[in-house]
Amino acid sequence: MSLDELLKRERSGWMKGDGPAADIVLSSRVRLARNLADTAFPPRLSPAAAAGVVERVQAALPSLSSALNRRFALFPLKGMSRLDRQVLVEKHLISPLLAKNDAAAVVLSEDETVSIMVNEEDHLRIQVLMPGLQLEEAWRLADAADDALSRVLNFAYSDDQGYLTTCPTNLGTGMRVSVMMHLPGLVLSQQAGRLLGALPKLGAVVRGMYGEGSEAKGNLFQISNQVTLGQTERELTDNLSSIARQLVEQERSARERLYREMRWQLEDRVCRAYGILTNARLISSDEALRLLSDLRLGIDLNILPHVPPQVFSDLVVATRVGFLQKAASRQLTPQERDLRRATLIRQRLQAR
Amino acid sequence: MSGQIMCQECGQRPATFHMTHVINDQATEVHLCEQCAREHGEFDFLLEPKFSLHHLLAGLLEQHAGAWALKSPTQKACPGCGLTYADFARTGLLGCARCYETFAGALEPVVRRVHGHTRHVGKAPVGREVPVAARIQQLRRRLQQAVAEERYEEAARLRDEIRQLEASQGAAGGASREGGPRSR
Repeated sequence: MSLDELLKRERSGWMKGDGPAADIVLSSRVRLARNLADTAFPPRLSPAAAAGVVERVQAALPSLSSALNRRFALFPLKGMSRLDRQVLVEKHLISPLLAKNDAAAVVLSEDETVSIMVNEEDHLRIQVLMPGLQLEEAWRLADAADDALSRVLNFAYSDDQGYLTTCPTNLGTGMRVSVMMHLPGLVLSQQAGRLLGALPKLGAVVRGMYGEGSEAKGNLFQISNQVTLGQTERELTDNLSSIARQLVEQERSARERLYREMRWQLEDRVCRAYGILTNARLISSDEALRLLSDLRLGIDLNILPHVPPQVFSDLVVATRVGFLQKAASRQLTPQERDLRRATLIRQRLQAR
Repeated sequence: MSGQIMCQECGQRPATFHMTHVINDQATEVHLCEQCAREHGEFDFLLEPKFSLHHLLAGLLEQHAGAWALKSPTQKACPGCGLTYADFARTGLLGCARCYETFAGALEPVVRRVHGHTRHVGKAPVGREVPVAARIQQLRRRLQQAVAEERYEEAARLRDEIRQLEASQGAAGGASREGGPRSR
């Protein structure tokens, strides 16, 4: 599996658009932070020692492959173009922090479901990304990957405090479970602020699409657990699943109510979005994301029955700056991007 | 000159950072200007607030640092990686696994504030047993849930299992450090 091949593939496993409640929950993710016991954590690691960590992870891959029955490949960040790094971020396979680090590496399974960031904030960040609401399945896979790696790597762990992480906010399980949810109904009916604002009381926090500090665009919200210590992995998973299920219910009833009470305004909004997306010659990334969210809502409410639902997650990724440039195999000016983005969207929507 | 205290490092600028070090019951006063304080690294947690999770954490660290500084002898560095408490307070990041022992006293209240707990009850690496205390806590949670859902047969079985584990723990001389399970 070559990196280039993998990067040009638009649709990662998590974007298939299937899975339970996939109309509202785009993806489920489980991330485990792990460190090697005998080596300084990445922020205090010399370049030579960082390379040593990468080598040790590389040597652990056969154990991982046989346990998970999947093929894995390791790609060092050093020597990787800026563009390739950006595409990996846009596909949610690496974090913006890892993208900047030449001493880092990323391990990817062929279907992109499992990825391991090496030398991010922690030595290993084991990540499983699946479509729809499948946190339990994602946890089982992450658990198996972690077990396989812990047979060959000596992880920093104490009986009292659990897995020792670079930042104490990840201490214990080192686990962050999260769902990416599309909540246009709650935003339009102005309930999003109230509902999402109450999440901290339930042990969850809301972040934007690309993690900490990023903004929620296109009515996409990333919801994850707040604490990592003092609860079992299963409790954390169950708690977030139950929060996600409640939000799915709330979103569904908000959509029904909107459709009942404001049918023509809603249809108008959706069809205008469709009109612009199928006709625009130049479109910015923000406008595209906003209109694609309206489009997806229209698909879910059967206002646009001829448009396939996965167009949304496909286009959300395929219209990102890095992706457009990767497809063009060169850097693009902002206007060239807007032109290519609009063309791509028109082609996808008219292919039917 | 007026009564203004000058920086004891450079003697050029007025001191705006004042700190009292207590080392073995001996109090020493330190007065520095902002520039020298920056170079010292000692007041780092008071300078340049930045907004990120790490810096929010650093804010917490600062609150607890004072109390800890009184108990701890000198500005000790972690023998594993050389990280000092000032480094940690600045970034919110630890340097290696041993830092958790080195700065245990300062970390404990912070961890409690952040997580509401201080004890891990989740999984362990392959080949390491989940500690008895953690297993007891897991069982207690399941017991609470069984009682709440009126599954009394299971609750009785769990209660017996907990008693057994507690007895074995008592025999081994270990005692749970945390009172009881927290309700959540």
